[in-house]
Order: sequence, then C-alpha cells, then structure tokens
Amino acid sequence: MSDVVMPQMGESIVEGTLTRWLKKPGDKVERDEPLFEISTDKVDTEIPSPAAGVLSEVLVQEGQTVAINTVVARISDGAAAPVPAAQPAAPAPAPAPAPVPAPAPVQAAPPAPAPAPPAPAPAPAAPAPAAPAAPAAQDLGPLSPLVRKMARENEVDLSSVTGTGAGGRITKQDVEGAISKPAAAPAAPPAAPAYAPPPPRTEAAKFRIEPMSTMRKKIAEHMAHSLHTAAHVTTVHKVDMTAVAKIREKNKAAFQAQYGFSLTFLPFVTAATCKALREFPILNASIDGTNILYHTDINMGFAVALDNGSGLIVPVVANADEKNVTGLQRSIVDLAARARSRQLKPDEVKGGTFAITNFGSFGSVFATPVINQPNVAILGVGTVEKTPVVINDAIAIRSICYLALTFDHRLIDGALADMFTGRVKQLLENWTDSVL
Amino acid sequence: MLVQAPSRVCEARDLGRMRWAEAYALQHELVEKRKRHEIPDQLLLVEHPHVVTMGRNGHMENLIASEDILSRSGIDFHHTNRGGDVTYHGPGQVVGYPILDLNEWKRDVHAYVRALEEVIIRAIGEYGLMGERIVGATGVWVGGAKICAIGVHISRWVSSHGFALNVATDLQYFQYIIPCGLTLPVTSMRALGVSASTDEVKLVLRQQFGKVFGYETEKLACLMS
Repeated sequence: MSDVVMPQMGESIVEGTLTRWLKKPGDKVERDEPLFEISTDKVDTEIPSPAAGVLSEVLVQEGQTVAINTVVARISDGAAAPVPAAQPAAPAPAPAPAPVPAPAPVQAAPPAPAPAPPAPAPAPAAPAPAAPAAPAAQDLGPLSPLVRKMARENEVDLSSVTGTGAGGRITKQDVEGAISKPAAAPAAPPAAPAYAPPPPRTEAAKFRIEPMSTMRKKIAEHMAHSLHTAAHVTTVHKVDMTAVAKIREKNKAAFQAQYGFSLTFLPFVTAATCKALREFPILNASIDGTNILYHTDINMGFAVALDNGSGLIVPVVANADEKNVTGLQRSIVDLAARARSRQLKPDEVKGGTFAITNFGSFGSVFATPVINQPNVAILGVGTVEKTPVVINDAIAIRSICYLALTFDHRLIDGALADMFTGRVKQLLENWTDSVL
Repeated sequence: MLVQAPSRVCEARDLGRMRWAEAYALQHELVEKRKRHEIPDQLLLVEHPHVVTMGRNGHMENLIASEDILSRSGIDFHHTNRGGDVTYHGPGQVVGYPILDLNEWKRDVHAYVRALEEVIIRAIGEYGLMGERIVGATGVWVGGAKICAIGVHISRWVSSHGFALNVATDLQYFQYIIPCGLTLPVTSMRALGVSASTDEVKLVLRQQFGKVFGYETEKLACLMS
C-alpha cells in the first residue's frame, strides 16, 4: 500500500487544488501514469502515480485545496487487486471529506511547531515582485498568493482568521469561511484569548454532506449569474382565462383521444406570448456588451422540473411562433418527457430567446422567476383558478390566472413590460379562434 | 535565476499564422517527443486567427458572448487543459508555447511562471514599457492593464501552453470575455504607443527567452511557416 501525496510544485508553494481525478477508485494504475491534476497559480499540472497497483482510496475530492504532503489517495499492490480491498462498485468511497478541517486550533499565533509536514521553506525564494508587501502584519505563517489576494479583495483581516491548514496555516477555505461569515466575529470581546476549540465530535454529525451533481452546480452557477447580471423586476397581470377555458373544455376529450396527450393552458399562453413578442421584439432580445441583439427567430424555452426536484432544464421549441396550439402542445409534451428521461439532444436546450415557466402546474398562484440568461425576460404562468370577480357590478365566476413577467430592467422599461404583458392578457381574454 | 549549466539548447520555431487547434496538436506531439527525450526544449511562436479558449479551471460565465455569437463572429472556441480562465488570441498577438523539460531547469512551477513574466517584462522593456507583476494575478501588466496573459500546463515536468503578448491586438475582441475572470482592462504595445511588428517582437522574445532560461545556443528552425 503506497500513499499518494500532494506534491510540492515549487519552493514557495504550500498548497494545491486538486482539480481532477484521472482515475477512479478501483482502477489499475501504472507507475508514472497520470493520476490526477492539480492547479496552482496559472499552472495546471498532471501528477503521475508514484507506484503501480490499484487506486484503492481517494481521500481528497475534486475542487479541494490541501496542503502539500497531504495524503490524497492510497494505492494498493496490484497483486492484491482481486482481494476485497476496495469495492470498485462504490463510486465514491467518500472518506468523510470533513469540510471542517483538521482541528489544530492554532489561532493566529506564530506558526506552531507543526507536527505534520516538513515546515515549508519560509521565504518565497522566487524573484518575488517587490510589490506592496501586505502590511507586515504579525507573523501569520506562510500565506499563498491566492489567500493574500482573496483577503485583499474581500477586505478580510487575516490576523482574525484561524488557520486550519498544516501548522495552522491559513488556507483558501479559511478565507472563504471568513468571507461568508458576517463580520460579526470581531464583536467578540478580545479579552478572551483562550479560543474555545470546537466541541469534540462524539455524537453523530448533525448534517450529511453530499457533493452537488453537475447539473446542480450548473443551475447554481446560472441562477446566481443571472441575478448578478440582470436587473430583475417582476410585473404581474391578472388574466381572465374563461374564453380559453371554454375552448379547452370543449376540445379536451377529443384532443386526448386524437393525439394521446391532454390539452393544457400552456400552449394557449405560449401562442399569445409569441404573437406579442413579434409586436415587442425587444422582449425577444439579448444584451451583448453594450449592444442589443434582436433575435429574428422566436425560440421558446420551457422550464421543465425534473423528478423529485433533482434539477431543472430548459428545452427549446424553435420557431415557436410558427406552430399552432396543437403543435405547441405536442412539442411541449415531447420535450418535457425527454427532458425527464434525459434524452434531450444538446441542440434542444440551446438558442432560447425567451422562456416560459409554468409554476402554476404545481399550484403556485404567482412567483418571481429568474431570467434564463441571455434572455431578457421570462413569463411565469400561475395556476388557473375559478374565482369570483366583479364584472359590470355583478359577481361572476371566472377562470383567473396570474401572469408574472420578470424582465431585465437594464433593457426593458416597466411601461413596456406592462404593455407587453397587457398584450398577452388581451390576446388570451379575447381568444376566439376555435381551431387549434 | 539566470545562472544555468551551459549547453542547454532550445529550438525556436516561428509558426507564422496558425489556427489554434493545429498549433495545439503540434504542441501535443512535441510534448510527447520531449518526454521521450527525442528533441531538445522548444519555443513555438505563433499568431492565431481569432479564437477564445477556456482553461481547465475556467468559468463559462466569464465568456460574455455565447458560443453562438462567437461562431457567428468568426471566432473559434475551444476548451483546453492549461491553467487559468478564459482568454482570447488573435492577429497582432504573439503567442509563445515553451515546451521545456523543467527537470533540466527547476522543478518549480511558480519559478517557471515568474520566469515567463520576466521574459515579457524584459522584452517590452526594450520598447520602453514598464511591465509589472501583480501578486496573485499571473501575467504582465502595464499601468494596471494586462498586456500579457499566462497559462501553463505541466505533465511530468514538461511544460506546454505559455504566454500571449498583445503587440497590436485589436482589443475590441476582449469584450467577448472577462479575461482570466478578472475585470481589469487589457492593453497592447500599440495601444501604449509602440509601433513594433510582431516579427520584430518575436525576435526580441527569443533573445530574452534564451537569456532568462539560460540557453547557450538557440537555433531557429522554420517549420511550415
């Protein structure tokens, strides 16, 4: 059994980020065969395996930054492969990747005589740019450029950060922790130098850690990116869907019998939206730097929830304005089904110019959706409910639905957004076309 | 950092204008040969037609224009295995791909990256420009604007990818990306008032490269320019 450690890729380097495993647990590796990749500064490095055998244990997950000489994996003798050693069946042995790293509550004291790896050479011998040396704070031990940069950019006082790396060194994670924590910490009376170490882990953990799926990571990225990018504003219009409800009611049974899927409100809303988009092309645009890209085609994205809230995908009906209600319903049913069975082609989730999200199907009355970048608006369709409303001073029962348009106020002004939504409303309320 | 055992040889090749993917394939081939010690260290110098590349640790949100828009604008897009985030290459920019066996120099990736910066700082220094380093932001900067991007891949201590120096690059093209994920401006030698041809700059880069990395002799092989 050999340990694989995070190598030191240079004198001044104290940690590395493991970016990618090139082998899975259970895989056979040859000596010197590339095993994983690490990243420091602007350099990506493939690290070869120190021994031949079977990768039996992966101790550091992709994306984790660890100190040099940290054991990242174990390789067992090739001969011992068939022995139970590692069950390659288990995809991720997840050896408690405790994000709560090593205890070592060394506060910001001088680098304690680290028992762990050979203390990294102190001074970065490299031709260190005679740059504005960080205001010679007290000795915080060796700091990586990344840590210094993050601290500088986020105005984190490193002397108040407790290092959890080897020898009490402050790692990237420590700084991230300090950033995400509200700056309440300093309120603690400085008179209590005795830093209370976290209580020993004796009882069962109060949480479970699970890495995000690739899809979840992408959704997280896209959502946060969109909110940071666009100036989100939502306007809500109340729409009387009675006319559409009547047509739907009349055709429902025949439609189901003829096509094998049911007729919903969604294709009507889509058809009305497409028509309004032709009249208000700026809603079917994108922002490109300081330019406005007006899209000639109307490619409608539909937010589709995957089972058990496991994800969200936005397949696209290209040239949606050229389809009638039946055609739209067919496309929507088809794309949603294939989205859920993960059989969409890459082309079918690209190129959307506007999006519709039908949260009404889960009972929501109205919500404030997040724009699907690079679109500039998204229409949210609330549930259609029979509601008592006042018409000509009499109370009537009508099928009411709230349409919520979230628009990017950078490009679209409120009045225009309301004119657009009002147009969709008008088209739906006056729906007369009985041909689907 | 300059004193090295003599007799190390580097072959410099001027590839002229070559598509990124083609140069990438050539790099790959040379890296494998270098690993087998079939060839000495190499310095490839090239100009690429418009291309945007994304490093291994890149973030797609740093690509401002969609891949669609890029391709409609005639800009190639590739994912690649170098360090760093997104970057742009195009006419007027001298791209250098050193394929060095760092076992024969220093097994230190930071020292290597600092040395690449040194080559650029000295080269543009010959034109009176004061190149600077910014701690934590690899590359070479002039007055707070990035003039040279650096991104490197290392396998068994053999380097590939390298640097991209804006000589007369049309900086408009950087609007499609957030270079290296940093919202700092970019600049070029031309934008700073230096009118040098890329061929001239390549020559200076070769000389400075030889000095910084301590090569005794430097050959100039011309490969399908």
